[in-house]
Amino acid sequence: MANNTTHTIEYQSLSKTLLILLFLTFVTITIASVHLGAFTLAVALLIACVKSFIVLSNFMHLKYESLLLRILVGMVFVLFALIVAITFIDYAFR
Amino acid sequence: MSQHTAHIEEHRDDEASKLGMWLFIFTELLLFGGLFLVYSIFRMQYPVEFRECSLELSVTIGAINTVVLLFSSMTVAMSMTAIQKNDMKKALLYIGVTLFCAAIFLVNKYFEWSGKFHHGLYPGSELMKLLDRGHHLYFSLYFFMTGLHALHIIIGMTLLFVCFFKMKKQSIHSQDYVLLENSALYWHLVDLIWIFLFPLMYLIS
Amino acid sequence: MSNVSANSEYVSYLDHHGKYKGIMSWIMATDHKRIALLYMYSIMTFFIIGVVLGIMMKLEMLTPGETIMKAKMYNSVFTLHGILMIFMVVIPGLSAVFGNFFLPIHIGAKDVSFPKLNRFSWWIFVVGSIMAVLSQVLKDGPPDTGWTFYAPYSTTTSSNVIMATAAAFVLGFSSILTGLNFIVTIHQLRAPGMKFFNMPLFPWALYATAWIQLLATPVIGITLLMLIAERAFHIGFFDPALGGDPLLFQHLFWIYSHPAVYVMMLPAMGVITEIIPTFCQRQIYGYKAVAVSSLAIAGVGFLVWGHHMYTSGMSDTARWFFSLLTFIVAVPSAIKVFNWITTMYKGSIDVKPPFLYALAFIFLFIIGGTTGLLLGSVATNVQVHDTAFVVAHFHYIIFGGMGFAFFAAIHYWLPKMYGRMYDFKMANIGLVINFIGFNLLYFPQFVIGIQGMPRRYFDYPAKFQPAQLVSSIGGFILVTGLIIMIYTLVKGARKGAPAPANPWRGSTLEWQIPSPPSVENFDEEPVIKENPYDYK
Ligand code: HEM
Ligand SMILES: [Cu+2]
Repeated sequence: MANNTTHTIEYQSLSKTLLILLFLTFVTITIASVHLGAFTLAVALLIACVKSFIVLSNFMHLKYESLLLRILVGMVFVLFALIVAITFIDYAFR
Repeated sequence: MSQHTAHIEEHRDDEASKLGMWLFIFTELLLFGGLFLVYSIFRMQYPVEFRECSLELSVTIGAINTVVLLFSSMTVAMSMTAIQKNDMKKALLYIGVTLFCAAIFLVNKYFEWSGKFHHGLYPGSELMKLLDRGHHLYFSLYFFMTGLHALHIIIGMTLLFVCFFKMKKQSIHSQDYVLLENSALYWHLVDLIWIFLFPLMYLIS
Repeated sequence: MSNVSANSEYVSYLDHHGKYKGIMSWIMATDHKRIALLYMYSIMTFFIIGVVLGIMMKLEMLTPGETIMKAKMYNSVFTLHGILMIFMVVIPGLSAVFGNFFLPIHIGAKDVSFPKLNRFSWWIFVVGSIMAVLSQVLKDGPPDTGWTFYAPYSTTTSSNVIMATAAAFVLGFSSILTGLNFIVTIHQLRAPGMKFFNMPLFPWALYATAWIQLLATPVIGITLLMLIAERAFHIGFFDPALGGDPLLFQHLFWIYSHPAVYVMMLPAMGVITEIIPTFCQRQIYGYKAVAVSSLAIAGVGFLVWGHHMYTSGMSDTARWFFSLLTFIVAVPSAIKVFNWITTMYKGSIDVKPPFLYALAFIFLFIIGGTTGLLLGSVATNVQVHDTAFVVAHFHYIIFGGMGFAFFAAIHYWLPKMYGRMYDFKMANIGLVINFIGFNLLYFPQFVIGIQGMPRRYFDYPAKFQPAQLVSSIGGFILVTGLIIMIYTLVKGARKGAPAPANPWRGSTLEWQIPSPPSVENFDEEPVIKENPYDYK
């Protein structure tokens, strides 16, 4: 069996990732205090998505995993998005 | 005969364990997904109230906790790197740092919650009953979501503790670290959820 | 063919008890085959209790007004009947019993990927079941919400709702772990040379099912937690007085529970897809279409939950949208029926009990499925929602479909599981009685449903008396058939003539190993055929 196939990520690359994430956190907090009206939520969600993408691909090693696993993870998020969207078909038109 | 079963039990497949952990993470994502769905509907229905309530939360504490969790996510990943490089000392150190961060997070959460409790704001309290609808729903969601998240922090800490001791006993090492890898994945999940919780709860401005 | 005596290594899994002796060798077993039997015995027990409760309801419905029980009691009985049958019988049913037993064998593996997790999931299944029993006997009285636990009634009734939902939560966890185990097993443990499209179709069906178990069950988990919190702390999510929305509960509930009907049906379709080629000695028609349709059903099945809510006050847009999707999801199911029937065409059919059960399945499933379309279109649904029509429809699907597929499976695989054969004649008699009883029991419900007989009522106007009478008589006939069937099977499993390795001339891997299989399933490397249904 192929054991221990996980790719090794260097310390430096991990700390760089952290810096990016901290920067994005800073951006969300600052933007939240600017008045963007309806866009506040969209921007906050967009940044959160970018952040989680970075966590998934770098910290969770997804970047180095098989294509299959990456597709599966993507599918889960798509499924959730679909469920939310369809529920809103009810709530938005009631 | 006994070599039959022995054979089955000794068989080790890290690839399978890891896939299993990912699948488990999927279930956790959908578990929280249900709550995020509820959140999104009530936020749509009570936008003003949600904004007012989020002002009651301290962005500073939320931000500190975000930083702490992100940092701990990095250290647990570094512990993986260390163990792959067969540097046990560093690996243990990084797990220790991660656990420390987790503790800070919980202490912060404790102060945050007890502040609310102090004002009589907790699930089922008299004050909660007096709140109007949007506010009531916001705080119910707040307690439910952050509470469930805190529970996951505790589970993650337990896993990391186990790893810590197994590493000390050398039963996790550079040739066999899938348990650490899976616990780390779990820890990242906890971080992942917080990445969404933070802006949705604290930053509605 | 089987070469039992020549192979000195061979020890049947039934005789090999490992470290433990007696009953502990079962409770502590990690062998997928033993766990499968554990599930089967527990599920059959619950099934029998459920049937008894069903018959109690039929006795009550024998005459208008109170016959043997009061309204409140009737509510508790149909609630327990529903909880048992759904969460403890049909959802785990095929995948935990026959999936556990035959999935590893079908893909040429020695066991599932995580045998201990498998054992653990049976344990928590038992814990969940005990909790369900407790919910009946604790002091606040048995829950009376129906298995759907709809808010706001479930948040206000004084009965033991918390215990019952906690039980469903734990049972759900067991289901998740089984699904997780199967997905990993299929990805990691296929024998060398077996690609996805070389697998038999039963594993395909289990694979699609496992994804639903994995991804849908957490949603009901969190929903039930919210319900518990609603009762304990009045969090208000489902309480209009506190700003919440009871419809939200229905959404969350059906986001899980519609996919859950495919957790019941997909493995059932998988079983039928195994049986038909064997008894027709013919390659399955459209292998890839059947395989992919399982995935399609699982995928689209996630998006149609709203067809249970047409009359609940959902927006019109949502209503036509869900209706459209519901019609789309019917297509892959119809593809399967078409392929089964086409497989039979010009086959050399061997009419044995498993095949007859498969035929009965197809017949009942077509009725259940087409009445499902009636319920799927908004205009007709509004007429028959929450009437006996719905009761008839879902019994045709889950009992006529999943239940008869379970019976088919057990008649098909019993010789393999126990190494013994049952009496065909008795099995056929049981089948005919079951079939007649079933249709008498449920078909009248379609008719009185259209005429306006509501569901979940212990009483009815006198004009429904004849139909209710027929239905109750059907119930008794069905029970007679079930008793004959179970008796025949138990007798066969214990004292039947020894079964050969391949009694039905099947072509999938389980028929290449001795009956019953040895502990490790394959004492020699199995030969993987490119086409699992190769009948040349
Ligand atoms: C001899 C067998 C059975 C009989 C006599 C029977 C009879 C009934 C009756 C009378 C009801 C109540 C209908 C109403 O008033 O709403 C009912 C409900 C139900 N049955 Fe059965 N049934 C049988 C087998 C099954 C099986 C095998 C399943 C599942 C596989 C099942 C699943 C259900 C469910 C889910 C409900 C709905 C409970 C609720 O309304 O909450 N039944 N059954
Ligand atoms: Cu449905």
